Amino acid sequence: MRKLGKQTWFYENKVYLNETATVAGPREAQGPLGNTFDITYDDLHCNEDNWEKAERRLLEQSIQTCIKKDNLQTDQVDLMISGDLLNQIVTSNYAAKTLAIPFFGIFGACSTSMQSLALASALVDAGFINNAVAATSSHNATAERQFRYPTEYGGQKPASSTTTITGAGAGLVSKKANKQVNIRVESATIGKVMDYQMGDPFDLGTAMAPAAYDTIKTHLGDVGRTPSDYDLILTGDLSSVGSPILKDMLKEDGINIDEVHNDCGLMVYNSDQQVFAGGSGCACSAVVTYGHIFSELLKGNLNKVLVVATGALMSPTMVQQKETIPTIAHGVVLMREELNQS
Amino acid sequence: MILEVIGMGKKFDSENYKQTVKPYQPKPNLLLNCVKAFVVGGLICVFGQGLTDFYINVFDYSQKDAANPTAATLILIASLLTGFGIYDKLGQFAGAGSAVPITGFANAITSAALEHKSEGYVLGVGSNMFKLAGSVIVYGTVSAYIVGILRYLLTQ
Repeated sequence: MRKLGKQTWFYENKVYLNETATVAGPREAQGPLGNTFDITYDDLHCNEDNWEKAERRLLEQSIQTCIKKDNLQTDQVDLMISGDLLNQIVTSNYAAKTLAIPFFGIFGACSTSMQSLALASALVDAGFINNAVAATSSHNATAERQFRYPTEYGGQKPASSTTTITGAGAGLVSKKANKQVNIRVESATIGKVMDYQMGDPFDLGTAMAPAAYDTIKTHLGDVGRTPSDYDLILTGDLSSVGSPILKDMLKEDGINIDEVHNDCGLMVYNSDQQVFAGGSGCACSAVVTYGHIFSELLKGNLNKVLVVATGALMSPTMVQQKETIPTIAHGVVLMREELNQS
Repeated sequence: MILEVIGMGKKFDSENYKQTVKPYQPKPNLLLNCVKAFVVGGLICVFGQGLTDFYINVFDYSQKDAANPTAATLILIASLLTGFGIYDKLGQFAGAGSAVPITGFANAITSAALEHKSEGYVLGVGSNMFKLAGSVIVYGTVSAYIVGILRYLLTQ
């Protein structure tokens, strides 16, 4: 059965996340996961003239590195699905021009990492393509300009605001497993847009918690599992403000995720790095999942992980027009699988 | 909590979410922020006063005329600090203390100009420079006009 419950896709023909690659900026490299990234830069410009080019370089490098790690050439990849935070998702569009892989550009704000992975896995599962690369990027300075103020503007931010991380992550999904131990993309729960009437763009953790709540609750119901069936339930960028709200919301429905929950935005920086409530941005869930989580799964320290990437779907214009912030969360289950077992 | 006891439904729902999440949100330390703003804003003004005295004593400006070179010097220093990436950190610390003085105005203009330099000097720097500072100019001019008229009427 491919469709479980109302919102969950089960990838019947096994789909594998064969390789991943991550690229990160200076502050992320100084964080606790610094040594898990494939490429790091010690300057936000990443040797480019402007911020937009820098972000494009991050995305291109993550995809190229990912393909190379799987011993493939770009023309052997059937599809690229990618998105980012900039207007008209230009980072992805221009990277796709350089890479010349058949391309779908998607927008899911910070949920893009799991949105692209879910879509890529579905198309591989259905047999339209043999493999696909799912990728996303964000850059602190391009996001500041897109959503907030000029980077050097001296406005004071509240403690609930998050820091958009600089980085990119890519994962290569394939129908063929290529190792003794493989990471399987087991299922995905596609989120609904939630709006709990929050309008503060400097407190996205609070705005996104209901979306994560709804997706996690629906997922567990659809697949008939409890939180203890997972070694980790990982949210994207709820930060230190949104994470406790999510846990308490789920507790109201008798679901306790305290033991297994973590948030990518809280994992990517050290507590002394002055990043307000934590990391955010498309790349936040991507660099953590495709770096640290992927390697922990391969090592066997984790066996089954639910990654719930959360996204806030507003624009500065909507915020100025006093609209509230719609949010979404997509969940994907990654599990370790040894070849002789299957 | 009370809602749970009398069974009026869930604590978290889309209607009362904004109220329910209040305890989860970090509270700004108003007193500390006021002290920081007062000290930093005050120090900027003390520095400005020092500049005024310097122009009066060294270059023989009158008290009134010394205001112009003082403002220009403060703008120059704030713009340089913006370019070196220091003023935004000061702004995060001091809040209104560094935003209200003329140095904050200089920072708003310089940061916007820097930000849009990659889009060219005419449509980038030129048209975006006053993106943040523009409303200060508009409403500054409008309120000056209204106050001017009132003054004229009241002193007739």
